[in-house]
Amino acid sequence: MSAAEIGRGLRAGNFTSVEVTKHFLERIDHAGKQLNAFITVTPERAIADAARADARIARGEGGPLTGVPLAHKDIFCTEGVLTSCGSRMLSNFVAPYDATVVERLAAAGMVMLGKTNMDEFAMGSSNETSWYGPVRNPWDGTKVPGGSSGGSAAAVAARLAPVATGTDTGGSIRQPGALTGLTGFKPTYGRVSRYGMVAFASSLDQAGVLAQSAEDAALVLGAMAGHDARDSTSVAVPVPDYAAGLGRSMKGLRIGVIREFFGEGLEEGTGRAVRAALEGFSAMGATIVELSLPNLPLSVPTYYVVAPAECSSNLSRFDGVRFGHRCKDPRDLLDMYKRSRGEGFGAEVKRRIMTGTYVLSAGYYDAYYLKAQKVRSLINADFRRAFSEVDVLMGPTTPTPAFAIGAKVDDPITMYLNDIYTIGANLAGLPAVSVPCGLVEGLPVGLQIIGPHFAEERLLAAAHSWQLVTDWHRKLPPMFA
Amino acid sequence: MSIEWETVIGLEIHAQLATRSKIFSGSSTAYGATPNVQANLVDLGYPGILPVLNREAVRMAVRFGLAIGATVARRSIFARKNYFYPDLPKGYQISQYEQPIVKVGSVEIVLDDGARRIGITRAHLEEDAGKSLHEGLGKQSGIDLNRAGTPLLEIVSEPDLRSAREAIAYMKKIHTLVRYLEICDGNMQEGSFRCDANVSVRHKGRREYGTRCEIKNLNSFRFVERAINYEVARQIELLEGGGRVVQETRLFDSDRNETRPMRSKEEANDYRYFPDPDLLPLALDAAFIEEIRGTLPELPDQKAERFEREHGLSRYDSGVLTASREFADFYEAVVGMLGGEAKLAANWVMGDLSGFLNRDNLEIGQSPIGAKQLAGLLARIVDGTISGKIAKEVFEMMWGGVADADAVIAAKGLRQITDTSAIERVIAGVMMANPAQLADYRSGKDKLFGFFVGQVMKATGGKANPAQVNELLRKLLAG
Amino acid sequence: MTLTRRDVEGIALLARLEISEQELPVYVESLSRIVGFIDQLSTATTEGVEPMAHPLEDQVQTLRDDQVTEVDHRDRYQGNAPLVAAGLYLVPKVIE
Repeated sequence: MSAAEIGRGLRAGNFTSVEVTKHFLERIDHAGKQLNAFITVTPERAIADAARADARIARGEGGPLTGVPLAHKDIFCTEGVLTSCGSRMLSNFVAPYDATVVERLAAAGMVMLGKTNMDEFAMGSSNETSWYGPVRNPWDGTKVPGGSSGGSAAAVAARLAPVATGTDTGGSIRQPGALTGLTGFKPTYGRVSRYGMVAFASSLDQAGVLAQSAEDAALVLGAMAGHDARDSTSVAVPVPDYAAGLGRSMKGLRIGVIREFFGEGLEEGTGRAVRAALEGFSAMGATIVELSLPNLPLSVPTYYVVAPAECSSNLSRFDGVRFGHRCKDPRDLLDMYKRSRGEGFGAEVKRRIMTGTYVLSAGYYDAYYLKAQKVRSLINADFRRAFSEVDVLMGPTTPTPAFAIGAKVDDPITMYLNDIYTIGANLAGLPAVSVPCGLVEGLPVGLQIIGPHFAEERLLAAAHSWQLVTDWHRKLPPMFA
Repeated sequence: MSIEWETVIGLEIHAQLATRSKIFSGSSTAYGATPNVQANLVDLGYPGILPVLNREAVRMAVRFGLAIGATVARRSIFARKNYFYPDLPKGYQISQYEQPIVKVGSVEIVLDDGARRIGITRAHLEEDAGKSLHEGLGKQSGIDLNRAGTPLLEIVSEPDLRSAREAIAYMKKIHTLVRYLEICDGNMQEGSFRCDANVSVRHKGRREYGTRCEIKNLNSFRFVERAINYEVARQIELLEGGGRVVQETRLFDSDRNETRPMRSKEEANDYRYFPDPDLLPLALDAAFIEEIRGTLPELPDQKAERFEREHGLSRYDSGVLTASREFADFYEAVVGMLGGEAKLAANWVMGDLSGFLNRDNLEIGQSPIGAKQLAGLLARIVDGTISGKIAKEVFEMMWGGVADADAVIAAKGLRQITDTSAIERVIAGVMMANPAQLADYRSGKDKLFGFFVGQVMKATGGKANPAQVNELLRKLLAG
Repeated sequence: MTLTRRDVEGIALLARLEISEQELPVYVESLSRIVGFIDQLSTATTEGVEPMAHPLEDQVQTLRDDQVTEVDHRDRYQGNAPLVAAGLYLVPKVIE
């Protein structure tokens, strides 16, 4: 059952939130360990929240999400609950406040089941960098679920939760969404408050949803979006009723197909599935235009300058003084810093901090950081030009279906290239969604739809139209059917 | 032959802006609180927390920019200065780097040998760090983050200053200005106004600068002077001995009266500045800037110029009176109530009043004699009720508690004797008591006139009107 | 471009990260590859291009009113701290 369907059932009195919540808690109990999707499960709190939601529904005050359970990526601060960010550094950190996303979804009546596993500090594309161990893909336990929101993706794909939050800095919602057969939505930068979301790369991070359908994504996104005075990068653009806009026709929609996304490196089956989806849209009355974004191939190196630079600074606050891990018996201040951070951070996080430190350091700033910011401008201009011709852009979300756990851990560059199709939207701050569009040897692949700033409604309508004529999004991993 | 050296100084003044809350958070900026009770999640650099800029801090920076005739940037950028230090919670300081809010202005300083204009390169907004405490904690230091996030305006001068005296004059000028503008309380003991001094020396006539040392955290005018003088002497001695100055950061030890290298800064820092992605560009529109311009008070230079022009005061007196806004206001109130007598008012405010305030370590706002009471006293000099000398006694009694001049004069019988016949009677008595001096005077010893004035004043307890005494004595002594 | 051991040691010190002797060659190798990878950026022509620091270019900073909105939660916040005494966060002695 989707989140929307659960909401409707709750309001119709077919079942209670406590019953639904218990159902999901049991599923987590049975399958959770095997997938390693959760870092923390909060059953008592969930049941209490569910009881409150039932009372609210009984009073006739419930909204479409009241009483619907969800899981939060462990990057969102949750008051009184461990917020680890998948890191040893924060393995003892109990947040003293709720993130805006957590607060807003709780206000909508949603019930938190727990906190999901993730790549450490959201740095990874396979969920293998977590201090809490890798997450397994419900479609094939030997494969990765993608990352960094891998726990959220696995939880929803295996129906351990009807819907989950995620964050997307370079593809961390869309890529795991594609690899687990989900609708993964990353909104426009600034659409959702970053307050309470542990920062990885502040100019790229954006919270979003991993859902079973575009309809679910629309409901949850609508509840979490909007201006927040505590995040001065959040935007004061009114939030439309995303669910109400889902029925828009695809007739006359101008779809741009990015030539650069269909070149070398795209696995054949994935390419085929995506092309078939494009034909599907064409059949619904959309026009397809092929176009080129010449600077887009530089998006990965641009990202691997900008994101590490910002992360190297964002993660300086983890110094063992006010919170987080501190090493035992430091000899002196420098030793305390070096060992606390050396022990608290995993290898990939350290690698990115060092990359970022290097590209910002004297003598290298212009050649790397400043240069990357300029190339970011060029990429942004490419997108602007494209959106003056078309309404949305489409292409694959990932070059391949899910790969084997351990296959790429020793090769950062190959790992980074997983995000080759998703990073552009982050650099330009664009909304983008991945929707399931096929199975390749039993593994899901995704179609990515990218829109101009604040075109969330258009993307959701396109995703929903596709889901009205296909059932890829309804397919369940055989083991969890 | 000895070489003539020239000192080159640039100051970086940190003025703590007098906002109620911090620059990026709603924590109080009140001084002296229990450790860490004014450090909230933003100030502690908690994960997931974001800064939101305080409008008042921006307004204050703009006020300063307008007051020094600088360019107020329509668009400025906040940047991160990255370094690790326990009192810097995020591991970076939010500051402005390439695009500050205030660019290129200047102020004029007045010294004995004339006025000089000192360039101000820039002024930018930034957050303060916390404090490290080292006493009584054994092998540990304690970190108090109450001060972390307090708004600072860093005011950077050109290397235009050529002596410790000029540096002090410049620093005092800025100190006066920020208090006029009500953007900083100027309290140096509490660290609200402090500076770093960049000091170098070069052969007089050379164009290129010598290697400089930065002396950190000077929080009194006296320390600035002593630190600069020590540092200049140290550098000259080093160079004359064939050595070289090493560019470094130094601390001033006020107990030993010397500067020494800062150990924690030994390792070369690479601050890795880059634009803070959590803060968007700060854009100011013309209306915002003009609205602030409209609220600027009369500035010290303008006020001093007006005192010279309208009150006929000397440039020096005007400068002294306008060094603080409260002082100038006090003086102007006295003149207003007296209906003139600017020079008299100026002398009393700068003389007796200042002297007593200094003696008792009081601010002008705490003076037991207010402007109204001082004007009341001076009015009695003007109308001849008392002499200037008696007025000083009255002033002292007023300071001690009875603030009303007329009441003191009446109670102590200090009213000036202006009755001609009474003064003539006293003069006659003095002449009778000093026959020898009278004879000498009359035989041509004019100098003895002063002696008779003194005797008459003594006999009247100083209350006789001096002008009348002079006139009557001249007549009666002549015989 | 490749990085040397010394380069990586310098970067690790600047970033305050303890890197063991065994780990060091691994980072030298992987960071060198990353630097080689990002060197691709030099192929882009960026003359006259404004650097882009933020994805929403026309957005500007919003300001908050100067009001004290925070109350004291020191004890709660210090619950997360490794070492405190007398309300202070403790660290090994700082030498100025």
